[in-house]
Amino acid sequence: MPPVMQHDAIDLSVRGVSKHYTAFTAVDRLSLDVAKGSFFSILGPSGCGKTTLLRMIAGFIAPDEGDIVIGNQSMRGVAPNRRPVNMVFQHLALFPMMSVGDNVGYGLARRGLAKAEIQRRSEAMLERVGLPGTAGKRIDQLSGGQKQRVAIARSLVLEPTLLLLDEPLGALDLKLREHMKLELKQLQHEIGTTFVYITHDQSEALVMSDQVAVMNKGRFEQVGTPQQLYYQPASAFVAGFVGNSNRLEVNLSAAGEGTAASGLPLKLAAQQGDSSGKQVLFIRPETIALSRSEADVAAFDNRLPCQVETLYFDGANSTVQVRDARYGTPLHVALPHTGQHADLQPGETVFLGIRAEHAKAFRE
Amino acid sequence: MFKQASKLSAGVMLVACALNANAADSVLRLLTWADYAPQAVVDQFKKETGITVEVTLSNNEEMISKLRATGGAGFDLANPSQDRITGPAREFGIYRPIDLSKVKTANFIPSMLSATEKVTGLNGKVYGLPLFWGTDGLVVNAAKSKAADYGDLCSAQYAGKTAVRLKRPTLIAQAFAMGKDPFKAYADPKAYEAIMTDAGNKLISCKKNLKYFWESKDQLLNDIRTGEVVAAQMWDAGGWKLNSENPTLKFVAPKSGALGWVDTFAIPAKAKNLDAAYKWINFITRPEIAAQVAKSAGSFTAVKGAENFMDAQMKKQLAESFPPAAMKNIKWYPAIPAGLEEIDGKVLDRVKAAS
Amino acid sequence: MNVLAPRRLGLFLLLAPAVLWLALLILLPHVEVGLLSLRERVGPGEFATSFKQYLTFFDEPLYWHTFVRTALMSVIVTVLALLLAFPVAWSIAKVARGRVRAMLMAGILLPFWASELVRMLGWLILLRGSGVIPQLLFWLGFTAEPVELLYHDATILVGLVYSSLLFMLVPLINALETLDDSLIEAAYDLGGNRLDILRRIVVPHAAPGIAAGCIMVFMLTLGNYLTPVILGGKNSMWFTEQIYTQFITRFNWEQGSAFAFLLLGLSSLLVWLGLKLTGQRFADSMRRT
Repeated sequence: MPPVMQHDAIDLSVRGVSKHYTAFTAVDRLSLDVAKGSFFSILGPSGCGKTTLLRMIAGFIAPDEGDIVIGNQSMRGVAPNRRPVNMVFQHLALFPMMSVGDNVGYGLARRGLAKAEIQRRSEAMLERVGLPGTAGKRIDQLSGGQKQRVAIARSLVLEPTLLLLDEPLGALDLKLREHMKLELKQLQHEIGTTFVYITHDQSEALVMSDQVAVMNKGRFEQVGTPQQLYYQPASAFVAGFVGNSNRLEVNLSAAGEGTAASGLPLKLAAQQGDSSGKQVLFIRPETIALSRSEADVAAFDNRLPCQVETLYFDGANSTVQVRDARYGTPLHVALPHTGQHADLQPGETVFLGIRAEHAKAFRE
Repeated sequence: MFKQASKLSAGVMLVACALNANAADSVLRLLTWADYAPQAVVDQFKKETGITVEVTLSNNEEMISKLRATGGAGFDLANPSQDRITGPAREFGIYRPIDLSKVKTANFIPSMLSATEKVTGLNGKVYGLPLFWGTDGLVVNAAKSKAADYGDLCSAQYAGKTAVRLKRPTLIAQAFAMGKDPFKAYADPKAYEAIMTDAGNKLISCKKNLKYFWESKDQLLNDIRTGEVVAAQMWDAGGWKLNSENPTLKFVAPKSGALGWVDTFAIPAKAKNLDAAYKWINFITRPEIAAQVAKSAGSFTAVKGAENFMDAQMKKQLAESFPPAAMKNIKWYPAIPAGLEEIDGKVLDRVKAAS
Repeated sequence: MNVLAPRRLGLFLLLAPAVLWLALLILLPHVEVGLLSLRERVGPGEFATSFKQYLTFFDEPLYWHTFVRTALMSVIVTVLALLLAFPVAWSIAKVARGRVRAMLMAGILLPFWASELVRMLGWLILLRGSGVIPQLLFWLGFTAEPVELLYHDATILVGLVYSSLLFMLVPLINALETLDDSLIEAAYDLGGNRLDILRRIVVPHAAPGIAAGCIMVFMLTLGNYLTPVILGGKNSMWFTEQIYTQFITRFNWEQGSAFAFLLLGLSSLLVWLGLKLTGQRFADSMRRT
């Protein structure tokens, strides 16, 4: 967890919050601080409790214990319509019975602003999200991306301390999703409102966030920058959930050595300092060096002669599936973006080189 | 396509009709009042003749409406009151004359038979035979009310505890209570309308006093039993039924005269099973059967000798309710000329609307 | 015959039951009644074409008083039914889940397994002077003597609302079920309070269902015969009763037909007005029914 900075720079502080249901605990004594103006993501598989957490922040669910503080004010007993928080819903929840302008103006009207002022602010906000002149349209006349922007505009026009986003990109198709990721990040950057974004899509979290909390079974596994999560995962769950990895079961024989289940001996980095016991090993495909000549990988801690099995060509994301010639251990290796080795043939022999620090072992 | 379909449906209908016709030989479709065809009697008739009786329960107005809707078809025999025969027969043609040669006229009390023949006679033909007679009068809870005439129902001392029907007998009764004779005015619609308007006004001023206009006999009887109603205009059978349960409840012949009605046999114009109809008439008018039905209906018959089989209780009740003078004072309904009911209807509407 | 003929034939066959239904059971009787209403009796069994029946309606205050009264009461019943049904529909559609919900639905439908007559007689037993409720009130000391709760206009209203509630509930439940919960949450989140959400989100969403329910209840109430006759007192007047009286006890089919046509016209007019005022379209409402 990042060190708590000055108190007034924290927009959201979750303090020891739990939520129990009869059969399970959705959120288990969670604490969390979100700095003012940052883009904070909560990343986790479905059922990890992230939606419950978000709905507690929004005020739709009351926590069983703990407190939620927004902009230095405890939210205990404060109804959702009185919180300085607005939410963008998973399916956007735009009001189909109202025009685009009325959707955006809804919150302002509730605050009792004059009609002209509401109209002025709504139109300004629509312009800001790139939808000038759409105020008179019906919701069903908008495209998916436009609806997205209206939903965000509808919340942002109220200038909340905190904007909560509940997987709002989930319903979009891939291309639009990629596009909206960048746009959302850009928008947050321009407006400066604190965003709390929940998602199960690690790519969304990594691309947009300043800070990401990886959540599993009601608890945070790790909170950090995207880079920290990617390069220095704190647990087997984070290593497995964030980014792609080769996952091997290993038996540690010393602090830096172990044997894979297949019998393959490996030099590795035990992340929690253990020197014995069963652990899981994660090796990212792009950290593995690949060459047709053994000499090229001589400098690596682990050198593996392998047989090419299948080539998966996917442009910049091309990979190759290989199998260790001696122990039969399968491995996924990224191909260099230069196009080198694009001509690999199944059955060909190649040599892999893996540094010990890139083979991260964790207790499971 | 259409032609074929219509041929087909016509065929189906023909077959259905044929089946119906076959079945009709052994079925008598009877349109009558509740209690006029008790199950035991229906069963005995079936045993003797093999004819099944299909009973449809109704009242005077509905009998006319039902038969009018079909032009007199759908039933083989009906039991309308004698004053409701010639009018509809002339206006709507729903009844056919009775073939007296097929009826055992000796079964009837001669004076009643001739009276009914006169009332139901049209163009020299007879349309009705008397079956039961009864009266409309007052049912009174003697412990709580001294009502002796129709007008007493409007007396303030019984406020909220009296009831009448919103029907023409009520108007007729009020007219008699006011000293007028609406029956004499039957032939003169103008005079009749004047009398009825007066009776209607009387009823309007009386309305506050009434608990309700009763619709269902059972509802009224119940409310008299519980004491919610202490005096009401009703027919004798209901009053005597209550009297048998509780002697303080009495049927009283009003001072200005009970209203006498005679229910008859009348044959619908398009009756199919005439034979069964006559068989039923001759069956019911056997003294012992007539007495049995009379007991079920709580009425008196026009059948000769039936009184020998009659219940002692009923005879006693009749004697108590109708001393000889009251018996003589019964106002018998003459046949209603067409058009009068429209006058009644408008007056009744006005009563209903007034508050 | 062209190439399309077989398809047309198929279409005709598929629609035939509905068309026959409309023609034989709806259209034909109406034509007959319409023709009847334009006749006047000039002598025994003799009739002439005239507007006398309709003129009688306007000449005789009783008839159009009853007519207006029936329409007004029906409107009141419709409004009451809507006000009563809405919270119930809401709790069934949005609050209750699983078995509770199934049981609530069954509980609502159950009384309708009994005939309307039986249900009305039930009210009679409850409300009559010697019935359950007046006796209870008397026993509890609320009234000095058992009061007659029957035969008031209020009693008719109670009976009518009761007998038509189901027809308001079903379209309302259907309409509210399709309302996405997140819309309500979103409105709440954006600062709306309950009343506001009801007015701006829930009611506009449920509007076609509300219109459908109102049309059903209004029509059923306007055409109800049994309830006003059984529960209504000596002053109760209901237009269908007038029609019945004209047909059955007056044998005046011509007048009855004219009344029936006037009632048809009134109900159509009021429904049209209601839809116009609330900005609903008939087709939308019918889809919800």
